[in-house]
Amino acid sequence: MELVAQFLGSEGARMVVGLIAVIALVSVNALFLIWMERKVAAHMQLRPGPMEVGPHGAIQTVADAIKLMGKELITPAEVDKPIFWLAPIVIFLPVLLSFLVIPFSSTWIIKDMNVGILLILAFSTLSVLSILMAGWSSNNKYAVFGAIRSVAQNIAYEIPLLVTVMSIILMVGSFKLTDIVAAQSGLWFVVVQPLAFILFITCATAETNRAPFDIPEAESELVAGFHTEYTGMRFALFFLAEYTNMFIAAAVATVLFLGGWHGPFLPGVVWFLLKVYAVIFLLMWFRWTFPRTRFDQLITFAWKILIPLAFVNLLITALVLKLR
Amino acid sequence: MTELLGIEEKTYTLNLGPQHPSTHGVLRVILEMDGEFIIKAEPVIGYGHRGHEHMAENRNYTQFLPNLARVDYLHALAYNQCYCMAVEKLLDLKVPERAEFIRVITCELNRISSHLLWFGAYLMDLGAFTPFLYCFDDREHLLDLLDGLTGSRLTYCFFRFGGVPVDIDADFVAGCRSFVSRLRSRWNDYNNLVTKNVIFINRTRDVGIITRDQCIKYGITGPNLRGSGIPYDIRKSEPYSAYPEFDFEIPIGAKGDIYDRYIVRLAEMEQSCRIIEQACNQLPDGPIMAEKVPKRIKPPVGEVYQAVETARGSFGMYIVSQGDVKPYRIKLRTPSFANMSFFPEMAVDNLVADLVANLGSIDVVIPEIDR
Repeated sequence: MELVAQFLGSEGARMVVGLIAVIALVSVNALFLIWMERKVAAHMQLRPGPMEVGPHGAIQTVADAIKLMGKELITPAEVDKPIFWLAPIVIFLPVLLSFLVIPFSSTWIIKDMNVGILLILAFSTLSVLSILMAGWSSNNKYAVFGAIRSVAQNIAYEIPLLVTVMSIILMVGSFKLTDIVAAQSGLWFVVVQPLAFILFITCATAETNRAPFDIPEAESELVAGFHTEYTGMRFALFFLAEYTNMFIAAAVATVLFLGGWHGPFLPGVVWFLLKVYAVIFLLMWFRWTFPRTRFDQLITFAWKILIPLAFVNLLITALVLKLR
Repeated sequence: MTELLGIEEKTYTLNLGPQHPSTHGVLRVILEMDGEFIIKAEPVIGYGHRGHEHMAENRNYTQFLPNLARVDYLHALAYNQCYCMAVEKLLDLKVPERAEFIRVITCELNRISSHLLWFGAYLMDLGAFTPFLYCFDDREHLLDLLDGLTGSRLTYCFFRFGGVPVDIDADFVAGCRSFVSRLRSRWNDYNNLVTKNVIFINRTRDVGIITRDQCIKYGITGPNLRGSGIPYDIRKSEPYSAYPEFDFEIPIGAKGDIYDRYIVRLAEMEQSCRIIEQACNQLPDGPIMAEKVPKRIKPPVGEVYQAVETARGSFGMYIVSQGDVKPYRIKLRTPSFANMSFFPEMAVDNLVADLVANLGSIDVVIPEIDR
C-alpha cells in the first residue's frame, strides 16, 4: 500500500495520470463545445438545433465524430505529402501541452510551473506553424490564402495580447498561474483592469480564428481556408484543435481576469469551469452576431488601435504600481 | 524593392467558381491576382443556359408561361406579369381592376421576399450567418401566403392572359395585413443589428461605388441604379397595371456604394408594404378574368414591348407575333445581365473580400444572366 501511495504521489505518476486526464478532457470538451456551439447558434437563429440523437441532440457530435472517422482520408494530387500529413498532428500537440499548467483549482493542476503563462502563450503561437504547413502543402490557392492571412493575423494580435498579459503580471509579480489566481482572492482583475480584459478577449478571438476575425477560414471568400483539402479525421483534428484552443483562451482569461477557481459555496473546479464556459459563450455570441471584418481592416485595427491601447494600459499600470 | 532583390513580379490566376460558396449559383470568375489584389476579373457565364428564348419559339403562348418563373426564380411573378401584359396587349384584352389589384399585391409580396432573401444572403457573404435565418423566418410567412393562393412557393406561375385564375379571400387580405405589421416590427432589429453595426458599415461604406455616369453607360437598373441617386423606376416612369392608383416613393441613395444599395433595398421593402396596405384597403369588387379571352391564344400579326420593374431592375420583353399559335420570336431583356456587365470594372483594384461584397451587392440571379 505504501508503495502504491508513494508511486501515486511521485511526479512521474502525476504526469501520466494528468496526460490521460487531459486527453479525455480535450475530447469530451470538444464534443461538448461543438454541441454547445450548435445549440447556441440555433437558439440565436430562432431554431432548435440538433434534436434527434439523444436528449436535445446531446450525442449528435459523437455520431458526427464516428462518421468522420469512417470517411476516406483523401490526399489530393501534387500535395507535399509529409507536411500535409504532419500538419493536423502538429496543430494538436501544443494544444494538449498547454493543459499541463492550467490550474483548475488550487490542487487540480498537473504541473505548477513558475513560467506557466509564458508556456501557454508560447504553445499557442505554434498553431500558426501548423496552419502555415497545412495551407502551404495543400497545393490549393485558397488554402495558401488562408495560411498567409492566418500568419499575418496571429503576428499582429500576439503583440497586444502579450502586452496586455504583461500588465497583469506586473501587478502580481509572478508568471505562475496559481500565484495570479491567488492574488485575486479579494478582487478580480476584471474590475481593476477592465480595458485589459476587453483587449484580451478581442485578441483571444483573433488568436483562435473566431468570427468576426475568422478570415483565415472565411467561408464566403476562401471556401474553407487552410483546411479546404482535408477530409475525415484529419479535418476533425483541425476542428478539435480549434475548439480546444477556444477552451484554453477562455481558461487563460478566467485565470488572468475572472479570479480562477475563487467563488462561494461550490468547489473550485466547478467555479473554474463555469467561468470558462461563460467566456466561451461570449465568444460564441460574437460569432453568431457580427459580420466578418475585412483582412486589411483587421490588421489596421490591431496595429493602430489595439497595440497603442495595450501599451497605454501597461504604462498606466506601471505608473500606478510605482506611485502606490 | 523587388527589382533590387532581382525577383520578378508575378501575377497569378485564381479561379473563383463555378462552385464557390458566394457566387450565388453557377457563375465563374477568372481573376488575375497580385497578392490579394485583383488586377483583372473576367466573369464566365452560361453554365445555366437553357435557351428560354428558343424554347418560346417552339411552344404556344400558354406553354411558355411556366418558363418565365425559371428565368428569375426570386421574382417570378413580375416576369409572369410582364409576359401576360405583353400578350394582353397583342390580344387587345382589358384586364379587370380586381385582377390588376391582385397582381400588384402578389407581385409586391414577391418583391419583398426577393429583397429579404438578398438581405440574408448578402450578410452571409459578409460572414454574418444569423440575419439569414431571421429573414427566412419572415419570408416563411410570406411564402405560406403565396403558397395558399398560387400553389407554389418559389417558381410561381399564377397570372393568366386576361387576369388571374383564383380570387383572393378575406383570409388572404388579413394574412397580408398581419405580414406587413410583422415585417414592420422587425425593422428595429435589423437596423440595430446590421445597419448600425460598425463592422458592416466599414465593409460597405465607400466600397463598390457605381457612379451615375457608369450606371447610364452600362444600362444598370433597379436598386443598383437608385442607389447611385437616379430615381428611375418603371412603376413610376411608365406606370403599368394598377400602380398609378397607389401612393409610394422611390427611395434613392447618394453615393452609389454598397451601403446605399443596401439602404435602398430596405426602404423598397417598406414601400412595397405601403403598396400592399393600400391595395388591400382599396380592393375593388368585380370579375377576375377578362370577358372575351379566346380559348386558343392566337394573337394577330404584330410586335409588342412591355417592361416591368422587378426586384433587380427593369425587365423588358419583346414579342414578335406572326399570327401563329406560337410566338415568332421572344427577346428577354434581363436586368441582371446589364448589371453584371459592370462587375469586371467594379472588381478591379480591390481585395478578394471586396469582390465577394461587390458581387453580392449587385444582387444577380444567375439563370437570369444565362437564360
